[in-house]
Amino acid sequence: MSDDKQKVTSTDEFIKGLWRDNPVFVQVLGMCPTLAVSNTAENALAMGLATAFVLLMSNILVSLLRNFVPKQVRIASYILIIATFVTVTDYAIQAISVELHKSLGAFISLIVVNCLILSRAEAFASKNTIGKSILDALGMGLGFTLALFCLGAVREILGNGSIFNMPIFSEGFQSWIVMILPAGGFFTLALWLLIINALQTRKAKS
Amino acid sequence: MSEASNIEMQNPASSKKMLLAMVSIGVISAFLIVMSFELTLPRVQRLKAEALEKAIFEVLPGTVRTEAFGVNADGNLFEIAEGDKPETVIYVGYDKNEKLVGYAVEGAGQGYADIIRVLYGYDPKEQKLIGFQVLESKETPGLGDKIGKDEEFLNNFKALDVSVSEDGKLLNKVITVKHGEKQNSWEIDGITGATISSRAIGNIIGTSTEEVVPILYEQSKNEPTVNN
Repeated sequence: MSDDKQKVTSTDEFIKGLWRDNPVFVQVLGMCPTLAVSNTAENALAMGLATAFVLLMSNILVSLLRNFVPKQVRIASYILIIATFVTVTDYAIQAISVELHKSLGAFISLIVVNCLILSRAEAFASKNTIGKSILDALGMGLGFTLALFCLGAVREILGNGSIFNMPIFSEGFQSWIVMILPAGGFFTLALWLLIINALQTRKAKS
Repeated sequence: MSEASNIEMQNPASSKKMLLAMVSIGVISAFLIVMSFELTLPRVQRLKAEALEKAIFEVLPGTVRTEAFGVNADGNLFEIAEGDKPETVIYVGYDKNEKLVGYAVEGAGQGYADIIRVLYGYDPKEQKLIGFQVLESKETPGLGDKIGKDEEFLNNFKALDVSVSEDGKLLNKVITVKHGEKQNSWEIDGITGATISSRAIGNIIGTSTEEVVPILYEQSKNEPTVNN
């Protein structure tokens, strides 16, 4: 019986981040990178994956040390752990591609203050086993990446007439420059929130 | 549920315990950072050097070999010693017959978002700029970053006039004008929608060429390979 229950909750830990508790669309967490670097699909994907990696690693370490870190200094130690992995990610991205590092710019270091990661460390990893924390981090990380990609794709298609730098419209297409600017981020986010909320309300009613 | 209230049930830790926790996390962090820095450093340096070399070859078409020099206060070129970081670095490009192609110069200045770093190629024989590349910029994607992508804008730098007068100064300072209003060969045709960024490029190149081009022009006279 307990085995069966375990299975259900494990998948649930993973799925909740993707849909029911999606960090961007439902919890509306981590708005700074969401709005700032989601101007092209490529940037959004890279930023999402970098955040997911930091989230995963910090969740593992926080969960490992959860009985060792005294309550009074827990936030400080979480920040320290998160900052460490952000720095590691920063070096890794530089080693992967100078171009990518150029386009993400200062936003990589700003992952440190992404409240999504701290909130997962505080609300989940510090109270759960490593296995569950990994699933939670994977779900939330992928959910964040997915949300960023949804925003980035819409903004790039409308604002630049392309997807992953490949033009998709004919020559005559007049791109909506505003979609690439910060204002476009708000418009697109509002649009997605509207859609997701409408879907979830309908589901709750039925 | 018992797991969820784990933290609340912990006894208040003594200062010693807190210190121990913070210090050990600090040590783990330091170890991870140093390790990843050491591991990625060779590759990062190689990628950066490759990017710069590619840029030099692009702004000085026909170059097969480059040499780096610094510029000192008296306006002379000197070879860069190990660990030296001169303010202005000049890359001299030679073609396959060891003839001088031109000089690649790095310039930097304030853009719309942050410092923009550029590299331009100078041909002393024609007294013209023959190539231009943005090395580093954080300009707005889709607008300001056109300074590195817009073909019409980049065409400005295929033959930009930087002639030196008799008394060793630039005849005309390079400047960016409004899009479509370019009349003289030393003017840069700006970009609509990236006014500030394209103006910044004009400033960077204007200031840098004013300072460096007369020196390089003098210098190129001493290059035996130029005059044959």
